[in-house]
Amino acid sequence: MDFTPLFKPKTAVVIGVSFTNERHPANVIYNKIHLRYPVKVYPVNPRGGVFNRDPVYRTVGEVPGRVDLAVIAVRADLVPEALADCIRSRVGGAVIISGGFAESGRGDLQDRIAGMAREAEFPFIGPNCLGIYSPGHFDTFFLPGERLVRPNPGNVGFVSQSGGVLVDQMVKFTEQGLGLSLAVSIGNKALIRETDLLRHLAGDADTRVIAFYVEGFGRNEGRAFVELAAAISKPVVVLKAGKTAEGSRAVSSHTASLAGDHKVFSDVIAQHGIVEARNEFELTCFCESLSHYPRAIDGNVGVITVSGGHGALASDICTDLGLRLPRLSDAVKAEIRAGLSANIRGIASLENPVDLTGSSTDADFEAAVSALGRAPEVDCLLLLLLPYSPGISSDLGARLSYVHRQTGKPLIAYVPHVEKYRILIEGFELNNVPVASSIDGAAFMVEAMRRCRPC
Amino acid sequence: MLSAEIVDIIAAARTDGWVLEPEALRLLGAAGVPAPRFVWAKSKPHALAAAAGIGYPVVAKVVSPKVMHKSDVQGVKPGILDAQDLTDVYDRFSRLPGFDGVVVAEMLSGRELIVGAKIDFQFGPVILLGIGGTAVEIYDDTVTRMAPLKARDVESMLACLRGSRLLTGYRGFAAVNVPQLTEMMLAFSDLVMALGDRIDSIDLNPVFCSPERCTVADARILLAP
Repeated sequence: MDFTPLFKPKTAVVIGVSFTNERHPANVIYNKIHLRYPVKVYPVNPRGGVFNRDPVYRTVGEVPGRVDLAVIAVRADLVPEALADCIRSRVGGAVIISGGFAESGRGDLQDRIAGMAREAEFPFIGPNCLGIYSPGHFDTFFLPGERLVRPNPGNVGFVSQSGGVLVDQMVKFTEQGLGLSLAVSIGNKALIRETDLLRHLAGDADTRVIAFYVEGFGRNEGRAFVELAAAISKPVVVLKAGKTAEGSRAVSSHTASLAGDHKVFSDVIAQHGIVEARNEFELTCFCESLSHYPRAIDGNVGVITVSGGHGALASDICTDLGLRLPRLSDAVKAEIRAGLSANIRGIASLENPVDLTGSSTDADFEAAVSALGRAPEVDCLLLLLLPYSPGISSDLGARLSYVHRQTGKPLIAYVPHVEKYRILIEGFELNNVPVASSIDGAAFMVEAMRRCRPC
Repeated sequence: MLSAEIVDIIAAARTDGWVLEPEALRLLGAAGVPAPRFVWAKSKPHALAAAAGIGYPVVAKVVSPKVMHKSDVQGVKPGILDAQDLTDVYDRFSRLPGFDGVVVAEMLSGRELIVGAKIDFQFGPVILLGIGGTAVEIYDDTVTRMAPLKARDVESMLACLRGSRLLTGYRGFAAVNVPQLTEMMLAFSDLVMALGDRIDSIDLNPVFCSPERCTVADARILLAP
């Protein structure tokens, strides 16, 4: 099946616009596409007539020209007819917003529309979903634009079984300054499922990291998913709900009782190089980090700080996550020392963490990042940057990004996320260095890069 | 592909829904998963002759389609030193429900591991490795991988156990025979893939692993309903 008309439509119809209810999902979707997106959209309602001074088409077949995407937002029992209309009219694909299928006991109706689509090789998302969010291009969310937090175009593709989780994750991504290439809420996933979208996003040039919120796979579906994830080079991150032990089903073998659903899930996805996020915070951190640094590291971290306390906290967190802070060689220490300004040369601690103290300046940071960036004992740098010290300027983000580009070693910064440090933060972010808003977040960003390690 | 012997053992166990231990050990042997020297003795003289052949000390275990968890009914007696001892145990076992003879087997030693398999709903056949024995649930130190396993999966499973060092040598305890363990895991993985949906789950618990060899001491094969 060709997903291009679904995700990159030039023309669309919204089936089910209401003449009486301005808050009807079809109306919200029609209005936002019509007013705000570069997609030509037509309203469809069997009654015909005029909507917002535009003609309403009775069927998709009446719409002039080729239609790429149909958004179907009619009552569940009317969906088969709307779908048949789309298939007859050679529409490219559909998003079925309507609920009232398997989630409310109408598995038969769901099987029917899936069967129709399969036979016609007609791709659709849903039913019972928000559908597609394609930044700057279009979205099918029945939520008014002003109520949404809308991430910028970026390189994370996100697929969620839950529309609510997706919308909330868009808030988290935006807070982290993380952009999306495509987000899809797949709802009941009657036809297009996680593995199909994994395959699509693997081939999508705009996507560098592929993230999923998964509630559960069907029988043996997880096998196909992990085998595909292992075969593609892009990092895959999964947040899985339903971590509690499987029901109260009596199990008479040790293996069945020890290898519960979630244990198997965690172990098997790690076996295939998929990064498991334990919560939405990790999901955000992992996506941010992997969108910059897709290559796996061993996890030997060099920490640079201006505060001994932050260095100690970071060291504890990293160790808990199974990361190592290796001792620095005398040669590396000598190189750092040689680059430091005279007034801190005697007081800076050059163990790992490297504590440059509150008297350090931009140049001291450059010296430390440059030396650790070339030190063979570390494969990643964690920078704890508290811009309270008078010697630190707002240029430091951009300056360190420049040093980082010369060594190429992954660099993660922690800077408190307050408005007055914005120039410093953007100096990193606009130069492709991820910035975390907490020490934990920074450590998670490092952890994400060990992505092929099952333990 | 499953051998005819294995297919027959599975077919015969359909009624009970699980494979009796001596048949499970025979099945594993046929699949290249090392089982101990053992005899399924259905009479006392047969048991005594078997023990003499294997050489004391031996372990005796009750065989009964009504006893799936032998330890729960004291149906396992390790360290039997002589004929008198074996006679007493045989008499006691023979009063257990569904009694159908005893397994007389050589005593094994080494680290106790659990090796298992189940057909997972989402992922199909998966293989488990853990620190074994009767307290496996207490230690809860296990790792699972989707089958079929590759040698590097086994290596990673060993590394991921919290008790990994117990197997690779710790405080005077020699390392277990890792190449043998790997070979066993790979043979077991092949067997599980071939059995596929015929089974629900398999416990090999314990598997004794010493510096010399790794051998399945007890096996339970539950068939799919």
